[in-house]
Amino acid sequence: MKLHNILTTAVAALGLATAAMAQDKTKVGFIYVGPIGDGGWTYEHDKARLAVEEHFGDKVETIYQESVPEGTDAERAITQMALQGADLIFTTSFGFMDPTVAAAKKFPNVKFEHATGYKTAPNLSTYSARFYEGRAIQGHIAGRMTESNTIGYIASYPIPEVIRGINSAFIHARKANPDVQFKIIWAYTWFDPAKEADAAQALIEQGADVILQHTDSTAPQAAAEKAGDVITFGQASDMAEYKPMPRVSSIIDNWAPYYIARTQAVIDGTWESQQVWHGIGEGMVGIGEITDAVPDDVKAEALALKDAIASGDYHPFTGPLKKQDGSDWLSESEVADDGTLLGMDFYVEGLTGEIPQ
Amino acid sequence: MLKLEKRPEPSTLWTYLTPLVAVLATMLAGGALFAFLGKDPVLAIRTIFWDPLFSEFAYYYRPQLLVKGAPLVLIAIGLSLGFRAGIWNIGAEGQYIIGALAGAGVGLAFYPHEAWYIFPLMVLAGALGGCAWAMIPAILKVRFGTNEILVSLMLVYVAERLLASMSLGLLKNPEGMGFPGSRNLQNYPSAHNAELIAGSGMHWGVVAAFIAVIAAHVLLNRHILGYHIRLAGQAPRAARFAGVTPARLILVCLGTAGALAGMAGLFEVSGPAGQVSIDFNVGYGFTAIIVAFLGRLHPVGILLAGALMALTYIGGEIAQSQLGLPSAAIQLFQGMLLFFLLAIDVLTNYRLVRTAREVA
Repeated sequence: MKLHNILTTAVAALGLATAAMAQDKTKVGFIYVGPIGDGGWTYEHDKARLAVEEHFGDKVETIYQESVPEGTDAERAITQMALQGADLIFTTSFGFMDPTVAAAKKFPNVKFEHATGYKTAPNLSTYSARFYEGRAIQGHIAGRMTESNTIGYIASYPIPEVIRGINSAFIHARKANPDVQFKIIWAYTWFDPAKEADAAQALIEQGADVILQHTDSTAPQAAAEKAGDVITFGQASDMAEYKPMPRVSSIIDNWAPYYIARTQAVIDGTWESQQVWHGIGEGMVGIGEITDAVPDDVKAEALALKDAIASGDYHPFTGPLKKQDGSDWLSESEVADDGTLLGMDFYVEGLTGEIPQ
Repeated sequence: MLKLEKRPEPSTLWTYLTPLVAVLATMLAGGALFAFLGKDPVLAIRTIFWDPLFSEFAYYYRPQLLVKGAPLVLIAIGLSLGFRAGIWNIGAEGQYIIGALAGAGVGLAFYPHEAWYIFPLMVLAGALGGCAWAMIPAILKVRFGTNEILVSLMLVYVAERLLASMSLGLLKNPEGMGFPGSRNLQNYPSAHNAELIAGSGMHWGVVAAFIAVIAAHVLLNRHILGYHIRLAGQAPRAARFAGVTPARLILVCLGTAGALAGMAGLFEVSGPAGQVSIDFNVGYGFTAIIVAFLGRLHPVGILLAGALMALTYIGGEIAQSQLGLPSAAIQLFQGMLLFFLLAIDVLTNYRLVRTAREVA
């Protein structure tokens, strides 16, 4: 049957395509969930892509596709890159997990790296950053700075990554100030300036004078600036244009060293599948400048906390800690294991409200 | 001086010519846009319209055209029936989501039992789910005279919330380590809407889209209901005299559109998408409105328009990753298509006449 022949050839060609494409230049592809100009998450990934280009010069060519919807379209975008001869593809959002797994199966000779997921394959690694370490420092500053004792939190999706951040920030805010309350709004988006601005506004109206965000745009910063005496923290990117107020510090995702190392591994032929979870110590999580809007003693405490986390002396999830329902989680000086943290689906004691179901 | 003069009869020539001229105008204006962005306009246009069909990797892209086009055509066919009768269902996106949820829910309820009847039941549930969601604006309109445009559109946002809730709660994969999203139906053979021939892109949704095109064609040309639909749109008063019950027409048109959108959602969730997730819907329900009008609300036209739209999607993605075009430029390009279509459409009903300057 003629059609069948064509298809058989096509399937064979799919396998050969990658081999035929192996030129001297290494091609590295990036799939982004947002626009490269989001000023947050995707912006930082793209900055790291440019760092890869700069580091390797002519030896490496990078390609990217922005605003790729999570779901059906992602698999095509990834496949397309593999067909174009990419040797290494970074898929930079949790929602790209299953599409990346599917593409990795189709292209055994292409290396894949999926950010923040948990599924691996011989040619598929995962990598993520311990953002909760940065959240601990944010929480501390927030707890010390708030006057209304109300801290607003713009959460994106109720996934372990986000819940972990809320818990870490809350634990350290409470440590600094036992009267602190968190108000959490679930925006159900990673990037939607209008929605984020609405959420920030609503939180400010409910009395929050500190806004933490787990969404990627600078809209909450703008809303806080307009409100006046509300402080914020840069998310994913430094968001330095809002210094010194409202933005008093930030968590910066620094992917460049990792992307450069993995590209080098592909060039050297030493790439292996792995699961990486790096924090402040390894430099994947950066803490942006703490501005003068923060009193000196608070700033010193925050920096001491940062050093303790970086050196490994202190883990943000150290007992005694209880879950929201009052049951025991960690006993005195017990440290949370990575497995529990990766699948975190509960609040710690003291947080109000429920994780949406 | 040029003046627009209403034609006594809509021009047949322009009815067929408008889409072509609109595509050409889009190519020109789009090319100019790409040139301003510092890209080679000819290369960009060629990448969008030519590469998916005839490039080195077309064997991969051509099947993807079917995958991308099928839900658009399926939804647009349903919408076109209502649009012809002057019933404006803007909420196909919501019906698409509910269809996917209902269908996937039935499939997941059977997990891990394997049986031949599971998939047909899912299709049925998908159609019923979409239909039920469309019945809300339909019944409200019939009973209380509410505006179906607003109600159906607002229900999209309700459906999106329901989708998020299902992904996080009831349909969440119990083995997903707390992450949102259902089990992947691609790994559950009885519920998987697999490609009928591997690598062809041909899944049941594509088959359904073709059947819908044929069925709509027959309905509109050979069936009294089709005649009523056309009549209601063209001459509502005459339609009443001809015995058309507006209430019945509203229920039928919205119900059919909902059922088809629901089926499209089910075929998508059980096939290419694989799982119910918070971001499952990507706007097919809205894009289908463009497809319906681009296809002149004609079944065959919709088929061609769906193919064209799929082409700009796939080609647009290729242009993004190969030429580094921003995604916003591609969206703008697609938007231009509708803009030019509507603008040039004026010529179907009006003609340009030169008027002599009159002496006062």
